[in-house]
Amino acid sequence: MGEKLLMKGNEVIAEAAIRAGCRHYFGYPITPQTEIAHYMAKKMPEVDGTFVQAESEIAAINMVYGAASAGARVLTSSSSPGISLKQEGISYIAGAELPAVVVNIVRCGPGLGGILPAQCDYFQAVKGGGHGDYKMVVLAPCSVQELYEMTVEAFNISDKYRILTMIMGDGILGQMMEAVEFKDKEDIISPDKNWATTGTQMKREHNVVTSIFINPEVLENHNHKLQEKYALITENEIKVETYNCENADIIVAAFGTVARIIKNVIKMAEKEGIKVGLIRPITLWPFPERAFQKYADVPKAFLTVELNAGQMLEDVKLAVNGKKPVHFYGRMGGMLPTQQEILDKIKDILK
Amino acid sequence: MATVFKRPHALIDVPLHYCPGCTHGIVHRLIAEVIDELGIEGKTVGISPVGCTYNNYDYFNCDMVQAAHGRAPAVGTGVKRVNPDNIVFTYQGDGDLAAIGTAEIVHAATRGENITTIFVNNAIYGMTSGQMAPTTLMNQVTTTSPYGRKPEIHGFPIKVCEMLSTLDGAVFVERVSTHDIKNIMSAKKAIKKAFQVQMANKGFAIVEVLSACPTNWGLNPLEALKWIQDNMVPFYPLGNFKGKDLEV
Amino acid sequence: MMAQQEIIIAGFGGQGILSAGRLLAYAGMLDNKHVSWLPSYGPEMRGGTANCHVTISDEPVGSPILNSSTALVVMNGPSLDKFESMVVSGGMIITDSSLVERDIKRADIDLFEIPATKIASDMGNLTYANIILLGKLIARTNVVSKENFEEALKKVLPEKKHYMIPEEMKALELGMNY
Ligand SMILES: Cc1ncc(C[n+]2csc(CCOP(=O)(O)OP(=O)(O)O)c2C)c(N)n1
Ligand code: SF4
Ligand SMILES: [Mg+2]
Repeated sequence: MGEKLLMKGNEVIAEAAIRAGCRHYFGYPITPQTEIAHYMAKKMPEVDGTFVQAESEIAAINMVYGAASAGARVLTSSSSPGISLKQEGISYIAGAELPAVVVNIVRCGPGLGGILPAQCDYFQAVKGGGHGDYKMVVLAPCSVQELYEMTVEAFNISDKYRILTMIMGDGILGQMMEAVEFKDKEDIISPDKNWATTGTQMKREHNVVTSIFINPEVLENHNHKLQEKYALITENEIKVETYNCENADIIVAAFGTVARIIKNVIKMAEKEGIKVGLIRPITLWPFPERAFQKYADVPKAFLTVELNAGQMLEDVKLAVNGKKPVHFYGRMGGMLPTQQEILDKIKDILK
Repeated sequence: MATVFKRPHALIDVPLHYCPGCTHGIVHRLIAEVIDELGIEGKTVGISPVGCTYNNYDYFNCDMVQAAHGRAPAVGTGVKRVNPDNIVFTYQGDGDLAAIGTAEIVHAATRGENITTIFVNNAIYGMTSGQMAPTTLMNQVTTTSPYGRKPEIHGFPIKVCEMLSTLDGAVFVERVSTHDIKNIMSAKKAIKKAFQVQMANKGFAIVEVLSACPTNWGLNPLEALKWIQDNMVPFYPLGNFKGKDLEV
Repeated sequence: MMAQQEIIIAGFGGQGILSAGRLLAYAGMLDNKHVSWLPSYGPEMRGGTANCHVTISDEPVGSPILNSSTALVVMNGPSLDKFESMVVSGGMIITDSSLVERDIKRADIDLFEIPATKIASDMGNLTYANIILLGKLIARTNVVSKENFEEALKKVLPEKKHYMIPEEMKALELGMNY
């Protein structure tokens, strides 16, 4: 490990991408993630990379489509309204099986909404915000150190499976500074991208990157192949943190920054003799169902806490599968639940 | 003299939230004065952009619609097609109009959409803290062109008036500035004519207003006005590009 | 120091509010503590107020957003209005009394009023006011060590401003001893 640095989450994402070998960034400014672009604008020229400020998020994601076709590690980042504009391109990237990384530093919606922290894009990310039967890997870090590690990991997962990986954070993670320790060298996988459109040099058959398959049999086969890939990722790539779950009175499900608040609640509850567990999905897709199944018999109830009206809640309910009641507590509009609020909710449930 | 400082009725009596020395406020005032003078407040509908002026619906007394980033000309088209008797204007910054909204403005203009666009060019993204805009000048340092705008990396600034005046549907095109009183007076004249063009059903009208963003230019208000004069005006020549003699 | 210090620093944009917090967090990290720094962000800061939340702890930091604070450093009246009630009983408030005019309502906290802007102006550089206030905070809480505060200055200030560090440290001492 190298020196400990105090850095902003957004800047760490950019630095991590560069360390992961990403030399191409395309983006359009939007709060609260713009520091990623500022950092890339400064640093990319120093490492012979390219930074392009696109004229829109639609253009940026299509630049990503092009750069990924050409075999490069490529990044774009935005926040909710901009991610909505990227959905068309995301669907095409999924269809064409291109590896790429997209960062969404979520803000509250709908519409222009506000710029404060939210988790209201959960459905959009894990259920498919664009058209078609596709999935992308969605990582939900909860600290600046994790932003670093998961950004590097996102590039590896993308290259390994030829899939789009999204890193989903919020304004707290993007804007906060915490200590981060970079490794001297990253573990980078580099599969042969023999499918990339780099020019035949008259030495091979031409490569084609496309998402259109007019023949229904061919398209059905293509879809089957995608589904097999998604099944394989579900088998291999699930990440989850479980904390304090053995003998818990209640298990809270929370991801991202909310999970940090829950850890404080766990300490508060302990003082009052209540044992609270935490299941923190780190991959939102694939969803860590088994962690919930494993502990389904332990607590009296589950409680999902989110910065939205109850989105991951649906996946938690599916995973718990009726074995225990699943309650919900959420705040919206950029408001955050206080520890006390959550503890009160817990006591209310356990009453 | 007293009447000169009277707040136009079309401008609501609340303090504006813009930075000291920002000329968005002046442009708001000119539009409001024109609306008053033409007596059209009751049938005017303004379209607010995404940019520092996203909430100018709090400032204009006429009906207002807030649009997605860059889409104001499309939203304005919808409003105008439903009620052609309304006077519809869009208020847009350079990022809004000349980057993400390029398609919408070009097509509103080429359709000859009978609306009025006030395009406030401050050569920067104000709202999101000073990124390069399509209109950022060569060598200008911004948060996303930290080494200055370079043609081989960033390409060249867009001259919106010159570009739109090639389109048959755009009938009135003029560039004005806010850096001194004389220019502000001409700006008002152009804005008034751009509304009159619409009232006479002549087609699409746009006024580009060179404007100051002292905050993101890193200058004080006076230096910023001088910067418009010394740097923007030579690159973005002032004057009428089209429709000077249009009967309205 | 206490196992966990939760500090809110607040004032106008341009007073070095965010960088004061950053220095503190950096020094805390160099002291091998767990730290977080979270600024207010976005257009609401235009010409208006700025604040940051800093947590320095013996344990990993939970939420970086503070619902209450052990110490409040304020450099204008509106910020005092906004944050005064968030200080825990027995906590501390440090005000720049050159700029904060009203009296504190709380009686259950330790109050330190320091005319930091005036002192900084006497030193010939208004930008030291935030450091003077931090001096008092550090003297009273030992939240970070003086040595590592100096190290933090080296890390946070760009090289070309390193010549200012001796003056910054002098400002810190003035605050510590006020
Ligand atoms: C789809 C989308 N992308 C990005 C943004 C973020 N955004 C808000 S304002 C703005 C640019 C504003 O610049 P400009 O149009 O020049 O207006 P100014 O603030 O300079 O007046 C951007 C990129 C957004 N709100 N929506
Ligand atoms: S940032 Fe610039 S454009 Fe926005 S209000 Fe301030 S001076 Fe005006
Ligand atoms: Mg602008």
